[in-house]
Amino acid sequence: MSNLPSKAKCVVIGAGIVGNSVAYHLARLGWRDIVQIDKGPLPNPGGSTGHASNFIFLVDHNKEMALLTLDSLRQYKELDTFFESGGIEVARTPERMQELTRRITSGKSWGIEDMSLITPDEVKEMVPFIDETVILGGFYTKGVGVCDSLRAGTLMREKAIKMGALQSFANVEVEDLTVADGHIKAVVTDHGTIEADYVVIACGCWSRRIAAMAGAQIPLTPAVHQMKDIGPVARFADAKGDLEYPIVRDMDTNMYERQHGTGLEIGSYAHRPILYDAEDIPSNAEAALSPTEFPFTPEDFADQDEHALELMPEIVGDEGAQEKYAINGLLSLTPDGMPILGETPEVKGLWSAAAVWVKEGPGVGRAMAEWMVLGQPEIDLHASNIARFYPGQTATKHIKDRTSEGFNKTYGIVHPAEQWASNREVRKSPYYDREKPLGAVFYETAQWERPFWFESNASLVARFGDAVMPRTSEWESRWWSPIVNAEHLQMRETAGLVDLTAFCIFDITGPGALATVQQVCVRQMDVAIGKVVYTPVLAPNGGFVSDLTVMRLGDEHFRVVTGGAHGMCDQKWFKDHAAPGATFTDQTEAISTIGVWGPNARKILAAVTSDDMSNEGFPFGTCREITVSGNTVLASRISYVGDLGWEIYVPMGEGLTLWDAVWNAGQDHGLIPVGIGVYGTTGRLEKGYRAYGSELETDFTAVEAGMTTKKVKDADFIGKEAHLRHRGEAPVATACVLTVDDHTSSTGEKRYMMGGEPILTKDGLAIVDAHGRRSYVTSAGSGPSVGKHILMTYLPPEHSEPGTHLLVEYLGEQYPVTVTGSGALFDPNNDRILS
Amino acid sequence: MNIAVCIKRVPLSPGRWTLTADGTAIDTSGSAMGWTLSPHEECAVEAAVQLAEGGGTVTAISLGTPESAEQIRDVMAVGVDRGLLLETDGAEWDPQATAGAILDAIRNDDTAFDMVILGTESADTGDYQVGVRIAHALGWPIVTNVKGLSVSDGVARCERVAGSEREVYEVALPAVISVKDGLNIPRYPSVPGRIKARKKPIDTSTPAHPGQRLEKKSLALPPQEVGTAEVIGSGPDAAPKVVEILKEIGVLT
Amino acid sequence: MILVYVDHDRGVLDELSLQAVSAAVALGQPVETVLIGANATTAAPRLGEFGVTNAHIAIDPRLTDYAPQAAGRAVAELVTSLSPVAVLAVGSPRGNEVLAHVGAILDLPFAADCTGISLGSGSFDVTRNRWAGNVIEEAVVHASTLIASTAPHAFTADPVIGSTPATVHEFTPTLTDADVAVRIIDRTGGGGGGGVGLAEAKVVVSGGRGVGGDGFGPLEELAELLGGAVGCSRVVTSAGWRPHAEQVGQTGTKVAPDLYIACGISGATQHIAGCKNAKTMIAINTDPEATIMSYADYAIVGDVSTVLPAIVDAVRAAKS
Repeated sequence: MSNLPSKAKCVVIGAGIVGNSVAYHLARLGWRDIVQIDKGPLPNPGGSTGHASNFIFLVDHNKEMALLTLDSLRQYKELDTFFESGGIEVARTPERMQELTRRITSGKSWGIEDMSLITPDEVKEMVPFIDETVILGGFYTKGVGVCDSLRAGTLMREKAIKMGALQSFANVEVEDLTVADGHIKAVVTDHGTIEADYVVIACGCWSRRIAAMAGAQIPLTPAVHQMKDIGPVARFADAKGDLEYPIVRDMDTNMYERQHGTGLEIGSYAHRPILYDAEDIPSNAEAALSPTEFPFTPEDFADQDEHALELMPEIVGDEGAQEKYAINGLLSLTPDGMPILGETPEVKGLWSAAAVWVKEGPGVGRAMAEWMVLGQPEIDLHASNIARFYPGQTATKHIKDRTSEGFNKTYGIVHPAEQWASNREVRKSPYYDREKPLGAVFYETAQWERPFWFESNASLVARFGDAVMPRTSEWESRWWSPIVNAEHLQMRETAGLVDLTAFCIFDITGPGALATVQQVCVRQMDVAIGKVVYTPVLAPNGGFVSDLTVMRLGDEHFRVVTGGAHGMCDQKWFKDHAAPGATFTDQTEAISTIGVWGPNARKILAAVTSDDMSNEGFPFGTCREITVSGNTVLASRISYVGDLGWEIYVPMGEGLTLWDAVWNAGQDHGLIPVGIGVYGTTGRLEKGYRAYGSELETDFTAVEAGMTTKKVKDADFIGKEAHLRHRGEAPVATACVLTVDDHTSSTGEKRYMMGGEPILTKDGLAIVDAHGRRSYVTSAGSGPSVGKHILMTYLPPEHSEPGTHLLVEYLGEQYPVTVTGSGALFDPNNDRILS
Repeated sequence: MNIAVCIKRVPLSPGRWTLTADGTAIDTSGSAMGWTLSPHEECAVEAAVQLAEGGGTVTAISLGTPESAEQIRDVMAVGVDRGLLLETDGAEWDPQATAGAILDAIRNDDTAFDMVILGTESADTGDYQVGVRIAHALGWPIVTNVKGLSVSDGVARCERVAGSEREVYEVALPAVISVKDGLNIPRYPSVPGRIKARKKPIDTSTPAHPGQRLEKKSLALPPQEVGTAEVIGSGPDAAPKVVEILKEIGVLT
Repeated sequence: MILVYVDHDRGVLDELSLQAVSAAVALGQPVETVLIGANATTAAPRLGEFGVTNAHIAIDPRLTDYAPQAAGRAVAELVTSLSPVAVLAVGSPRGNEVLAHVGAILDLPFAADCTGISLGSGSFDVTRNRWAGNVIEEAVVHASTLIASTAPHAFTADPVIGSTPATVHEFTPTLTDADVAVRIIDRTGGGGGGGVGLAEAKVVVSGGRGVGGDGFGPLEELAELLGGAVGCSRVVTSAGWRPHAEQVGQTGTKVAPDLYIACGISGATQHIAGCKNAKTMIAINTDPEATIMSYADYAIVGDVSTVLPAIVDAVRAAKS
């Protein structure tokens, strides 16, 4: 390989669907001097792309994945590498039938057309070799089909080469990545070293190992997906095409079956999780098949054989249909099931495009290229952002535990609030040992154990009666308790104590501190010391990167407090846009937080401190140190729940003293422990507060979200240009609050939406704004104090007037809803907070 | 007809072997390492199953580690009825020891076999003799290198390939037949075959090792004769150069 | 003394067996040979050229054609009467088979496919092939007499300068009916791929996965033009595209032609084991980095379906 260049602007490692797609889109966006290398031969270098089953089902409950898939589909079609066959997800259980209706509603929310719920007989009509008596129905999507990912990748690579943008080299193996001053410097290969400004790791199963060469973490694991191809199938003997019947997903058995020429391909996600390390993968020369096609282990397929036989006895039961090809194919799994995309937090210029499956490959390629070239992808990738991981989440144990747990949920019915069971109790707040005896039901955020509600409050449910909005259906009662609503109501009467330790907290100090927060935040940051500012953080397009709180603690000292789940991404964003002379200190592990809210909050705190907690002495939107039990803690008067109160920040070691002091003082004032169910959902929704990842994404502007200030600050900030432009235009959609008018389903049961459902016109038509975005429920939850189930959504102007009657579709039925406005249903004048 | 078919669990031949650090064995610790039968034995199994389809049973006999049960299940999935696993601790058994263990298994079994069928040589050790030794001990005839096989009236008609001809042998049963890859096209398991295989019986015994008379000391990998070909062109334009080369080496005059 | 079993086919000496003779001569011991059947008598004296002093020929009216167990019995009898230090043969199907019988009859170990032999007393060190030569074994044979076959082509057959014709000794082994029960009773065609036998072909045009099931026409045409045979890789026979008799490789035919043209063959170890002895190899492949390129002398990067017809035309033109 004498002609391997010694320098390049960008080296793309990997020539699977992802690497090819990234290279192509970089070229399309104008980059030149790109070098692609792969350790295997072309066109099939031996990774997961080479043995992918290649079918694409469109619906995913996750918006980000659905949009990446739809974009990929569009690209495969453009390259003439997609064949539409239709696809059916069949149900064997009533639970699955309900899930299929839920999938249809998600599909509608993301704009997918031609979906329908069909009867067993209708399934049989389309797939005559199915035994319709074992199924209860199916979910048909016309647009499902099969792509040729190898061909598509080859075409994209060739296009980039033709543009003069790309040189591509097969059989070149990466031996090291060199880094200088935190920036990627060069790729060392067995054929020479290439210096580069950018390096993209699109190495599939191998990505973690390659990233480690630079000291970066891509927490994924190679895992087995079993697949076998049986044939020849008599019925397919005269098949003219590769695929003449819809692809069938047998959801309840975690399997799929599809015609493939004269054979039937049977795949499974039902077997025991079989995980490997990248080191286990043989080289091309050492592999019996390709490196990622491990020998089939029939003992792991025992149940699957039986299940396939049940569903398609005519074909699978034919002794003449033999196992022509069977593999334990490797694919990439991540701890949270999402891809790993973006610039690594550890090394500037080193980008990850990993844990991507064929169905989203081209979309990821485009998004990555946009991110690298333009600074921001069109599709919001916050759930895939590599920066999301805390160090503990990149540990091998976490990866193995979570992927083992998640693997069998590939086709699972996963409740939106479902919690992980494995590798828990990793991060515990100082109050954990107090909370546990109170019957705290812990949910996990960023590995922190957070009480979602407290069983010790169970007696309140009877006290508030129907005001807790009890639920009868199993689905909505799962991962929920009426205690949440009881806690809410009690907090509004007396006071609640909330553990907020999962907050991500970091300090920005030094001469560059002010310039940094000014540059990143929309709101004016040059405020008096002791001011607390809640601010949007925008992307260059004026959409949301985050929303968070900044406290000014000194001339050159700002403290950022943000959500645990997204905090690591926020830290990277601040660091990426830091001014010279700014120093970052992560305080997340050093500082814990409690919140005390409710009409009695002041009385309680006044009982534990001699500092002035009066409205005048400690106004809303300010923070300062107070002394509690001899310890100095930082109190901040803000509220996310709509009641008077404070967040109090305390060093971890002193947390318990603070908790006990507040707890004891609170006993005379009706203080109860309150879980995150109130903080994150009921309290927030009654106030109409937007949440990052729900209402706030790069898809939506600050103007659309209704989060503008009267005046835009003079100082520059990221997204300012777009923001100013948006302010000058009428928004095509705005964030709205809706309430459900009637919850009664056709069976007479009251049903409660959970988020993600499509909002429809009174006539049941989809609502699409001028940018082509569908209206869907961004947040949903109880408003116990207003006695309504509250939904939030974005609506175009013609539907956003208060009083407008619309519909929401939930599990296959439509329910009437009414637009109430864009803000708080509870205490709209903030009398409580400001009291 | 009751047939015993001898199979051996061997690592699935990868593109390139690696040896253990002490150089005494092939390194099979890699997670990607698959296991299989010698190709010859796949054909032996297919022949046995075909012959027994007219009535009779097929018993697979395997001398090897407990994991050899996987290979027995595999052949059961294509029609073998039962298995005899002669369990070892993974140590090597030379051809004489192997033949002795199989012989004991055949003699001790309740089934009166009409035929023992096996590969002419195993893919790994390539010893070319286990079948012959079994035949002598049983006092049965053996035909080796068999690439064509049919049985009628208690006589096995065997063909083997020599150059462009096929040599024909006929032996009366009971007999030992050792076969070569290409005898037939072995079937792959069907799903019903897999399902049935999981319910078939495997009897396990643990033969005593009599000692090695052909004793392995170490293994080595041959030096790779890796060069780089001279690229004489791409696409059809290379044709004239090919003619030149053909003339140069004298195959075209 | 070393005794070498020399094979012949109806009186025509097996050239490969001469490799075993030379391997024996190289060990510095007197070399005697054993041949089976009266029709070997004419072939035997020539063995002197390769250093053989005495050629023993087993005579029995029933030994009209190859009969492996009888051959084994005859050799074993000679071993008992002559007490050679070693018994060798070439590791051909027949050589290995006869020595296996000898080993079974005498209850002696037999080491097949050796590439190196050193003599000893009570034990012998051998180097032998495993995995068709992809792994080399160093082994010790514990025996009073070594029985070993030499891997084909591991030794060259070298005439000995100043040699004299071998002295022929006929003997009559004690054979039972059972010993002669297994013998060739008939021969039919259809052994090789038709036309020129693959193993002996001077030119082999071989196709792999890259040729496709329908793409073998040009290969056949070129093989015919060059008086050669068509071969293929295991993938091709597994797919049922070509008959198994055409398979080149570890479990197929091992070839050593003057010219091997590998079309659309990636170069799996299995396949290389069968064709690495070709004198000249030309590889045609779309992938310039395919493994086969490391073994080929010449490479053409391109699609077989376009390259091969062009070569056929060029060869045809050159011939006319």
